[in-house]
Amino acid sequence: MTKLKVGIIGSGNIGTDLMYKIERSPVLEMSVMVGIDPTSDGLKRAKDRGYKIITNGIDGLAKRLDLVDIVYDATSAYAHQKNSDVLTAAGKKVIDLTPAAIGPFTVPPVNLKEHLEKSNVNMVTCGGQATIPIIHAINRIVQVEYAEIVATIASKSAGPGTRANIDEFTSTTSKAIEVVGGAKKGKAIILLNPAEPPIIMRDAVHALVEEEGHEEAIRNSIQNMVVEVQSYVPGYTVKVDPIFEGKRVSVFLEVNGAADYLPAYAGNLDIMTAAAVQVGNEMARHFMREKEAAK
Amino acid sequence: MSQSLNILDVSLRDGSHSVRHSFTVEQVRAAAKGLNAAGVRYFEVTHGDGLGGSSLQYGLSKVDELKLIEAAVEEATFSEVSVLLIPGIGTKQDLQAAASIGAKMVRVATHVTEADVAAQHIGLGRELGLKTVGFLMMAHMTPVEKIVEQAKLFESYGAEVVYVTDSAGALLPHEVTARVAALKDTLQCDIGFHAHNNLSMALANTIAAIEAGANYIDGSLRALGAGAGNTQTEVMVAVLEKLGYQTGIDLYKLMDVANEVIAPLMQQPQEISGSSLVLGYAGVYSSFLLHAQKAAQQFGVDERDILMELGQRKTVGGQEDLIYEVAQQLVKA
Repeated sequence: MTKLKVGIIGSGNIGTDLMYKIERSPVLEMSVMVGIDPTSDGLKRAKDRGYKIITNGIDGLAKRLDLVDIVYDATSAYAHQKNSDVLTAAGKKVIDLTPAAIGPFTVPPVNLKEHLEKSNVNMVTCGGQATIPIIHAINRIVQVEYAEIVATIASKSAGPGTRANIDEFTSTTSKAIEVVGGAKKGKAIILLNPAEPPIIMRDAVHALVEEEGHEEAIRNSIQNMVVEVQSYVPGYTVKVDPIFEGKRVSVFLEVNGAADYLPAYAGNLDIMTAAAVQVGNEMARHFMREKEAAK
Repeated sequence: MSQSLNILDVSLRDGSHSVRHSFTVEQVRAAAKGLNAAGVRYFEVTHGDGLGGSSLQYGLSKVDELKLIEAAVEEATFSEVSVLLIPGIGTKQDLQAAASIGAKMVRVATHVTEADVAAQHIGLGRELGLKTVGFLMMAHMTPVEKIVEQAKLFESYGAEVVYVTDSAGALLPHEVTARVAALKDTLQCDIGFHAHNNLSMALANTIAAIEAGANYIDGSLRALGAGAGNTQTEVMVAVLEKLGYQTGIDLYKLMDVANEVIAPLMQQPQEISGSSLVLGYAGVYSSFLLHAQKAAQQFGVDERDILMELGQRKTVGGQEDLIYEVAQQLVKA
């Protein structure tokens, strides 16, 4: 089976971590890493592993579009629009890991297969990937009127892009809590904690549901969802038994990463990149099925 | 000594924690009127956790903070209304909304090591013509050199004042002196200090800060603020006058608003209870207090144990969710 060729734009924490995960995909083949800083660790690592590297960003990639079928964009919301325009015009698939959210939101255990036809899909945010499955799990039992998430990540796992995009994190996550999670209203908060050794990513989900009760059904639904997320992020766990208080449900999660690039504490990186690889894999399979059918 | 000091009252923001975010328009209006009449140059009105802080995590605001800000602005003919903005909780959009209804100052707050998340928000504050302040929270958690580095970032983004913020009420006077003096030495902009009274050091720390060069100083009426509260504004004004500083504030009028407006709305005394003492002792964000009390009751554990553990885990402001995890673990232990 031939694999689809992958390009990654953005050689920071997310792009570099993604590279290692692509290497394990049965249907994707790492091809080129695109950055703008020739001295970046990500570009060096890509080169060492035998991949092509491009050091002048999207302009360089635009001249080598033969190298890619699918492109992951791990730059910034600001840079993404241009990157996406260049790539989609050339018929390339774009998986967006910035909070730009030009394309539809995708959270694998909720709507993995919904947007495979789209030229650009968005991976929401790390906090969104960690919490929206839980909101959906509650919402499929009883309507969530309001859901709020608080993501706490280790300072060391937040690169300059994440830091400059902090408002985009909250607004994109809030929107996806509604659109994908199914809550009528969403809110997101992100906190950075500089403790040493670095803290493992934590997420709190607080939801207000339409009516009290349904505790056992909600618990089971959450448990099933956790198992599903664990299929691609094994370190995803519920840390505290869900707390029920009237119409309020609170769930506390911890996300241990696979330690591909940054150490295991950076579960925020992991859940983003692991989810993005899930989407890439599905897109590749879909593409090949179409190709087969066309024969 | 005729150095003039800018007093900033935070009763209507830090005090929001103490009243579980239940301020009403009438309460805010009455307090604003009193602060204005007493000649307090700046006072702050926002949810305790800043713009956008109304949440299940921290407590939902009874009244939309924008309505409270609006009411305060209407009363503030002399005073200027400040808002707090913690990037990650509030956004630039929230700040624009606050500025459009008349806020004149913004204090952009980050954890003491995370100043770089605030670049855009400080930039926007300046663009909107607001007096723009950088607020380095949990200042006890990092050495002096690191605070200097982070304060310089704030200044480079355009902050006109940088605060040393003792959110846990954990600093001692010599530590305040070291921090404020180091900033005074390296920055061009003004320096501020915000205290919590968990170790009964708020006023002593405030004086240490002023003597080291701080000229923006926070207080709250009747010490209405998170944990054991802040430096008590009316007491501070009296002490500063005795020390020969100019505050421009009418002490009697200030006492009147403390007694007639703030005292009646207090839900519990701002005393140093065992738990608020532990906040300062263990170095825990002061607004955790009431949440830890609630969790302690819910899980049948000692709230002091919760707070000590949170200190050990080096929690930062905003991590109230961890209180429940710690409480549940204490039960299982």
